[in-house]
Amino acid sequence: MKTVVVGMSGGVDSSVAAYLLKQQGYNVIGVTMQIWQEEDTCTIERNGGCCGASAVADARRVANCLDIPYYVMNFREVFRHKVIDYFIKEYRSGRTPNPCIACNRYVKWQSLLEKSLAIGADYIATGHYAKVVQLDNGRWTLQTSKELNGKSKDQTYALYNLTQSQLARTLMPIGEYTKDEVRKIAEDAGLPVAHKPDSEEICFVPDNDYAGFIERDTGIQDKPGNFIDLKGKILGKHKGITHYTVGQRRGLGLAVGHPIFVKKICPATNEIILAENADLLENTLEAVDINIMAKEDIATERVMAKIRYNSKPAAATIEKIGDDRIRCTFDSPQCAITPGQSVVFYQDDHILGGGTIV
Amino acid sequence: MIYLDNAASTKPADEVIAAMQPFLQEAYGNPSAIYRIGRKSRDAIDHARSQTARLIDARPEEIFFTSGGTESDNWALVAGFESQADKGSHIITTRIEHHAILNTCKYLETSRGAHVTYVDVHEDGIVDPDDIQKAITPQTVLISVMTANNEIGTIQPIREIGQIAKQNNIQFHTDAVQAYGHIPLDVHAMNIDLLSASSHKLHGPKGAGILYIKKGVKFPGFIHGGSQERQRRSGTENVASIVGMGTAAELALKAQAQNDQIIRSMRDHMLNRILNEIPDVHLNGSLQHRLPNNINVSFNGIDVESLLIRLDLLGIAASSGAACTSGSLTPSHVLLALGLPPERSKNALRLSLSIYNTKDEINTVVDKLKMIVSELRK
Repeated sequence: MKTVVVGMSGGVDSSVAAYLLKQQGYNVIGVTMQIWQEEDTCTIERNGGCCGASAVADARRVANCLDIPYYVMNFREVFRHKVIDYFIKEYRSGRTPNPCIACNRYVKWQSLLEKSLAIGADYIATGHYAKVVQLDNGRWTLQTSKELNGKSKDQTYALYNLTQSQLARTLMPIGEYTKDEVRKIAEDAGLPVAHKPDSEEICFVPDNDYAGFIERDTGIQDKPGNFIDLKGKILGKHKGITHYTVGQRRGLGLAVGHPIFVKKICPATNEIILAENADLLENTLEAVDINIMAKEDIATERVMAKIRYNSKPAAATIEKIGDDRIRCTFDSPQCAITPGQSVVFYQDDHILGGGTIV
Repeated sequence: MIYLDNAASTKPADEVIAAMQPFLQEAYGNPSAIYRIGRKSRDAIDHARSQTARLIDARPEEIFFTSGGTESDNWALVAGFESQADKGSHIITTRIEHHAILNTCKYLETSRGAHVTYVDVHEDGIVDPDDIQKAITPQTVLISVMTANNEIGTIQPIREIGQIAKQNNIQFHTDAVQAYGHIPLDVHAMNIDLLSASSHKLHGPKGAGILYIKKGVKFPGFIHGGSQERQRRSGTENVASIVGMGTAAELALKAQAQNDQIIRSMRDHMLNRILNEIPDVHLNGSLQHRLPNNINVSFNGIDVESLLIRLDLLGIAASSGAACTSGSLTPSHVLLALGLPPERSKNALRLSLSIYNTKDEINTVVDKLKMIVSELRK
């Protein structure tokens, strides 16, 4: 019998993942990753998120209900280093980070997988909406999760960094289902978290105030600076660059008579360039820190490219322009291509690869 | 299952369960009541008071039942501090105390204006009485030093520290939760004014403990209400658990010398095998001044979280030291206080034995440990 460690967040998705694997005959071990940093219990209670302390209570109840061993593993250090520090550094450099991608890459599929193998597991599993598949060429990749009426919870975007050896040891059993079906399975199985609401915020910033978090964490007050237009004319004052992201329209505190957006953040001069919607459209992007999944290597490929978590994939051509650099040219211009975010390339319904937008 | 976490909690003895049974069933009377089944409860508590007193050579009227070690520690420190507010605000304790002491001290510092000195320990995990002596100021009103440490089992020079406290006319409290029933204790010879102990560390049930308060020590109550425990600790008594603790104390007193020998020989056998058969292992804390049932060893390069999980999956219950509520591990404050490198304080395994273990179990566990450690090091 194969042994699998299921990363359990106390939510319905990972609970059902554990349930399904047990039904499929795996020897299942439940694990919650301790990643929260605070010792103060009141703060911990408030932090729901994907791995807060309240997650432990729920995950433990589910594990008990499934009659599987359950452990809390400490990943605070790696989370601090690879996710929170990266998050802060990116914002302070005028980029928009994606901490969930960093967490998947370094915490879940490095630390958790390594530790799971150490305790004797053959696989790790998560409650991600994605399917792990092996293609005819022998390569492992991720296929988008089941769609219903054009709707899908697909989470492959945040997982494009997984390596071949990591994928070969990964199970994602709920990729075959829609969210409604997953809730139904939880209900039928009598899991106590069947109706728990989804968490959507970044787990270590539950109030969504990123700038406030960065200020509290670093103890450094963000410096106000100028909003300028494309010609360099000063339009007003901004609160500090960590408060903004490319494409942002709301909360600029400016009235210029027409809709205006963040076009570019310039940390060197502490300026933020604002422009009209049409000026945010771009045809190409370049990405680095590339991971290719579905093929050994690529030259020029036709793909569907997704530039942020909630954007629709758009037709594009990609070409390798360096050792670890790809240029992506879209068939039609894209709005607010954001440095720091990831671009993920799909072919058919699976990931070809992806990288970080520069 | 092989249970090697007796420093965390112990299996209640059969005699203990049998003694408790009536008070969970027919003898449910409130001990404060005048009718017969109430009196039966009262008598049982008084009997338990004598049993628990005898183990430390105290008088029954010096024993106050509480909910356990943590409550006793809180009571001792908070009441000991507040009742002497006119004399001073300085407390001396050590860096290796249980969190029931450390966090109560922290509370007294932040909310009650206390000044606390946390005395260091030597690398062997033993406090130097001279360091206690040196920490004393005219403001010092309370010294609290644990009898034996919960992680590394080191036994502190309580007699000497008690002597120092007495000479300086300072109240002396000891958290004896790990030691009570495991090593001989004498509150007179050791000059102890206040002593905390817990039932479930000596094969009694959870939910009962004692605070010994030396006769003549002016000491206010901590939990206010219906005036139970001679107005010092209110709340209807947890009769069954108190009875269980009394029985456990009596059993411990009767068998202490014999159990000590049996447990010590199993412990020494286990420790020798671990040190001889597994490379790169260090014993943490003094071997000489140590509880007979405690082993605390660091395995170089081993992630102890993985080690504990592997052991659990094989049905072996052990621990890394102090248990944390979330069940996840943080580096031990005790091992850090010993001045060990952080690495070694993170990969320590605690094995704590009891009379219910067998030599076969011990050998099985060492065999499994050898296998797991070599696999994890690969």
